Amino acid sequence: MSARRFSLCVNGVERFVDVPPMARLLDVLRHELGLTGTKEGCGEGECGSCSVLMNGELVNSCLVPIAQAGGASILTIEGVGEQARLHPVQKAFLECGGAQCGICTPGMILATVHLLGKHPRPTQEEIHEGLNGNLCRCTGYMRIFEAVEKAACAMESGAME
Amino acid sequence: MQKERIVGKPVFRKEGIAKVCGAARYIDDFSLPGMIFGATVRSAIPRGRVLNIEFGPGIPWDEFTVVTAKDIPGKNYIALINQDWPCLADGFVNHPQEAILLLAHPDRQLLPLAVAAVRIEYEELPSVHSIEESELQQTIVWGDDNIIKSYVMEKGDVDAAFALPEIVIVKGEYSTGAQEHLYIENNGAIAAYSERDGVTLWGSLQCPFYAHKSLLGVTGLPEDKVRVIQVETGGAFGGKEDYPSMIAAHAVLLAMKSGHPVKIIYDRMEDMAATTKRHPSRARHRTAVTKDGKLLAADIEFCLDGGAYSTLSSTVLSRGTIHSGGPYYWPNIRVRSKAFATNTPPHGAFRGFGAPQSLFATERHMDRVAKAVGLTPEEFRRRNLLRTGETTCTGQVIRQQIDLEGWMESALDHAGYYEKRARFDRENTDSLRKKGIGLAVFLHGAGFTGSGERYLNSLVGVDATAEGRVRVLVSSTEFGQGTNTILCQVAAETLGIDYEVVEMAPADTSVVPNSGPTVASRTTMVVGGLVHSAALGLKQTLIASGLLSEPYTSDAFQNAAKSYIAKHGALCSMSRYQAPPNVYWDDQKYSGEAYAAYSWAAYVAEVTVDLTAYFVTVDDFVALQEVGRVLNPVLARGQIEGGVAQGIGYALYEKVVWDRGLMMNNQMTNYIMPTSQDLPPIRVFFEEIPFEYGAYGAKGIGELPMDGPAPAILNAIAHATGEDFNAIPLLPEDIAERLAARTSIAKEMAAV
Repeated sequence: MSARRFSLCVNGVERFVDVPPMARLLDVLRHELGLTGTKEGCGEGECGSCSVLMNGELVNSCLVPIAQAGGASILTIEGVGEQARLHPVQKAFLECGGAQCGICTPGMILATVHLLGKHPRPTQEEIHEGLNGNLCRCTGYMRIFEAVEKAACAMESGAME
Repeated sequence: MQKERIVGKPVFRKEGIAKVCGAARYIDDFSLPGMIFGATVRSAIPRGRVLNIEFGPGIPWDEFTVVTAKDIPGKNYIALINQDWPCLADGFVNHPQEAILLLAHPDRQLLPLAVAAVRIEYEELPSVHSIEESELQQTIVWGDDNIIKSYVMEKGDVDAAFALPEIVIVKGEYSTGAQEHLYIENNGAIAAYSERDGVTLWGSLQCPFYAHKSLLGVTGLPEDKVRVIQVETGGAFGGKEDYPSMIAAHAVLLAMKSGHPVKIIYDRMEDMAATTKRHPSRARHRTAVTKDGKLLAADIEFCLDGGAYSTLSSTVLSRGTIHSGGPYYWPNIRVRSKAFATNTPPHGAFRGFGAPQSLFATERHMDRVAKAVGLTPEEFRRRNLLRTGETTCTGQVIRQQIDLEGWMESALDHAGYYEKRARFDRENTDSLRKKGIGLAVFLHGAGFTGSGERYLNSLVGVDATAEGRVRVLVSSTEFGQGTNTILCQVAAETLGIDYEVVEMAPADTSVVPNSGPTVASRTTMVVGGLVHSAALGLKQTLIASGLLSEPYTSDAFQNAAKSYIAKHGALCSMSRYQAPPNVYWDDQKYSGEAYAAYSWAAYVAEVTVDLTAYFVTVDDFVALQEVGRVLNPVLARGQIEGGVAQGIGYALYEKVVWDRGLMMNNQMTNYIMPTSQDLPPIRVFFEEIPFEYGAYGAKGIGELPMDGPAPAILNAIAHATGEDFNAIPLLPEDIAERLAARTSIAKEMAAV
């Protein structure tokens, strides 16, 4: 398939790519834009390592053809926070041991950002459900659940300040 | 015990910030100038001759680099314990998915089409696909008798014990299935070659020096022309111990022939179908016990399905054999064990390494022995658990002050066991949701088995940079378990400096010494111990030089290190493994000190079996263990919780469906691991008894939590349903089938 030009807003910056319309958003982010924080785990929408936010919704970027993402606003892990200024969710994952091998972590953090956007003080059930599309093989999820709760508290008290 | 500043504290993971920011770089995140991509053409049959290879139409073959066994400059095997595992099949294949041919091309998208266009003609030969088929020896597929390895471990006089009067004999057969590691990052490697520099290999791997050794053999290059660098590795669990050496060799062969750097990244389906899994097992127990529940003798046969090549099966079998006795005192025990070859991709290392298999059988069997003598599971265990001063089944005297009975009791208390067991018994009768609670008590040996650590002869270094920062020099790798953090904690504590001043040298064979493979729950205990002694050496050198005197601050240390390096050029201290005293092992008799230390645990699982859908949910899980000193409580909890989750998957969800050696459900869609909605609260408790010869009192931790969940859960299911299920994975259809049979038998009985 021949390349076409697509524009998308990635982490707040307008970007243009010339790729075939069926190119996966995952590959566009990683190969065209050099945003390798988004990971491929299974390539079939099961593991959630490639999760990004597209127009505020959590999507598996391995299942999104770029033709569907044209004009969209995309948030990847690189746009969540910086090493010197961590997002509260990133900070909570660091503190609670929510990241072990780290390969699911970018997707898990985006799923958490999305979850806390919908439910600022999520119940246990909402946390379990909100992260059920993101597989983690290392942690058994317990440290991640704790990180989500900690981030929720931090974001709430941050919002009140 | 509380005097330490850094050890025992939940300091943050060394590479944690990079990981939560998506800045940690894994193998597929790297690219080299001129890099092209590699792919593997694999066997479509389980066993037979390769007659002809044809390159089909529609592919610009002249643009491809093609590598066959004929292109291997050195020896055609991946070096592990034996030399039987070909790097590329040379005219004969022994399992589906065996690598036959390698392709490389600049267009990553073109490779799958090219792989599909290679047509291979075979003469298929008979193949075997189970322990049962292999032991029949009607078709010989490995050596003279299909037996990769066998052991006999014996203590006391087993036959005499079985001949005693007034004893109860309990028999049982237990089996476990294969398990896929399912690390979320697939396997991958990048190789570069030039005549001047030789080979450089970057990979997602656990053991840089294993890959190094294999590459020496395959390339025929001298040691200084082969360099292996581990990059951030997205999960391993044993699955990146052996097979990455194969991928490394493939990438290197393509790079040498093409003259370009070559990247090979497996996709999920290839990774699941072609790489190693946990060995399936079968255990047969025959136990002699007194009428009042004292164990007299065990006669155990333990078998593994090793797959088509020997790889690590002999050592997996060894650990499984030694753990067969569980945490009990056996006056007499005999374990006869065998690893059989089948025409399945070789089974390999997976967290626990044979122990989850044999302990599943033992702990399931102990519940049945208890029942046979009319005791509760806990009372029966209480009468037989090992005590300090007693000997294990290898004759190893337990010197550590252990309290297995107290720890079991404590786990039962945390779980509310007694109240729940009584209540479930009362309430189950009238319910379609049967509840049960079950227990497993177990042990896991830390470090290489027997004389293994002596043979490894590990070497560790600690050095300082010109800026006065300290580096830990080890080939021990980080893949999520916390190697970086723990070893830096140990070095910082020992040197009396800030944790932030210590870093890991890159896991690069041209930079670090060989501290052994990152396996066997040995990194914290054994390698950590060596980091401790190397750091002590560094500190003593600085003090002896007169540049540093105690007490000192972290800054003063850094200044002294800088001055020392300015004056002498370098500051480095090395430490080599020395066995703790009394560690004696007889490889022939399989007796002696099997491990320098054991970790101990008691796990309690609470389950509901829904008799409408036959689905099992684990409602609560208590994991209590004694792992020596806990060096980082957050990391340690993470190890236990993650291991328990994998154990729950092993017991209830994770089934590899085989068709003549080929994995049929090689996708995350149909090989099911636990999600965030499938797990109970995993409640972790530590008992800490510092181990004299481990780093700051630590013992092994990583594998232990894999051993207990499956038997605890199946014991709970037996309690809930009154049925003995003795095979895992146990899926709803297995339960449905058994309970349906029970119902129809009951009906027939009623009709008669």
